[in-house]
Amino acid sequence: MADVMSLSDAVESLVTDGDSVALEGFTHLIPFEAGHEIIRQGRRELELIRMTPDLLYDQMIGMGVARRLVFSYGGNPGVGGLHRFRDAIEHGWPRPVEIEEHSHAGMANRYAAGAADLPCAIMRGYVGTDLVAHTTVAPITCPFTGERLMAVPALRPDVAIVHAQEADRNGNVQLWGIPGVQKEALLAAQRSLVTVERIVDELEPRPGGITIPGWVIGVVAEAPGGSRPSYSLGITDRDNDFYKFWDKMSRDRDEFTEWMTANVLQSDHATAT
Amino acid sequence: MSVEAPATAGEIQTIVAARRLRHTRTVFIGVGRPSTAAILARMVHNPDLVLVYESGTIGAKPFHVPLSIGDGELAQTADSVVSVPEMFNYWIGPGRIDVAFLGAAQIDIHANLNSTVIGDYDHPKTRLPGAGGAPEIAASCGEVIVIAPHARRTFVEKLDFCTTVGHGDGPGARERLGFRGKGPTAVITDLGVLEPDPSTKELVLTQIHPGATVEQAREQTGWELKISDSLTTTEPPTAEELAGLRELLDR
Repeated sequence: MADVMSLSDAVESLVTDGDSVALEGFTHLIPFEAGHEIIRQGRRELELIRMTPDLLYDQMIGMGVARRLVFSYGGNPGVGGLHRFRDAIEHGWPRPVEIEEHSHAGMANRYAAGAADLPCAIMRGYVGTDLVAHTTVAPITCPFTGERLMAVPALRPDVAIVHAQEADRNGNVQLWGIPGVQKEALLAAQRSLVTVERIVDELEPRPGGITIPGWVIGVVAEAPGGSRPSYSLGITDRDNDFYKFWDKMSRDRDEFTEWMTANVLQSDHATAT
Repeated sequence: MSVEAPATAGEIQTIVAARRLRHTRTVFIGVGRPSTAAILARMVHNPDLVLVYESGTIGAKPFHVPLSIGDGELAQTADSVVSVPEMFNYWIGPGRIDVAFLGAAQIDIHANLNSTVIGDYDHPKTRLPGAGGAPEIAASCGEVIVIAPHARRTFVEKLDFCTTVGHGDGPGARERLGFRGKGPTAVITDLGVLEPDPSTKELVLTQIHPGATVEQAREQTGWELKISDSLTTTEPPTAEELAGLRELLDR
């Protein structure tokens, strides 16, 4: 069964400078609070892996946490670009970030291969695009049909962090709504942390719910509201206004730094946990 | 906007996109105008239309236009909600989706798309979000409809980066690459509609919207735009279409 501990203890014991870390959640259930705790604890030189960097990695990149970024779509969904992500790639601020980019299908298959403990996944994709020359994919021939396919290497992050609605006291987790690649990321990683909205005595089955047994999870930490401004279906709503606000505010380096200092470094959570 | 005001170019673009879904069973959509068009199509043209979003929501029935592809309303109203690996491996890859709407920062004469970078890849002038699901969506969905603003910086002679293959270098390219779907069948802009010529696969202007001119379309295209011999003028929005669209965006 998973260890249940505070978020700050969890991050302290699981995430080390230089680690490859995947914080997943496809628009839904993005583990913002755990990412903020990584920023507060001053982790550096991380390889950050995430299909959709979203505002969370924009914040982590802008705070200088990342050495390398592995991703497939670096946008603010429905709003526009990610300004800290762009500034790091275009101008190296606050530090240069190495990138490796894939398609969504490629990233999803890479996680699935990691979860299955296979060295690679085989798929149809990338063919004919300029991505082939700029990322880690390789053509492969099907030994049965001779069809030419594409192989992508498995993702095996040092640490995976995801957010879910509920866990019980043994660390069994249940999430519902858009499941993204959370389960795959968790099973692909060497170590794992699941933050949850609430810890309950008994998990009550939900329509479309996915349960993950506590014995494959490293650590569970309670973090109510921990996916904001993303959301936890049935408990919190996506804060679309914040996503629009971020687009305006984060364009300016100083405004960004001030905002992060006031709202993340010196937030209530920093002292409460 | 008042119900009586004439349709704007953007409204016409959305309505023309929605009309394309009249006989479609399943449509794959991203955020923004494509999402608005698909929801409008379900309201006005095709109530049985199945909306599929990249976030894994199949058969979503949103009342509002969602901001992101993963808004809660999509999961709550969907027939089925699946993981991202399942979405790409079981639904998109095997060609189960009839039509996909895609956007792009750049599009070339063969409807290849760039959503990765403006300028040099290693020293970009503008870093764009990247591929997302587009390469595999364009390879495998039954057909692709591109929705883009008609502007010279978008309709370019040469892409800075090919993120997504449309018709590659011309006739036979998709077959050589082993793609299942037909590729782009239309590019809907705020000025008109471009379609690939069946023999050359070059985008040709086949339709011009009311209020726009062929000259404008030529001016806003970065290559020598050919005009179809059978060029038509877009049917103006009906009262039902326009009222539906305005009501939808007001919700």
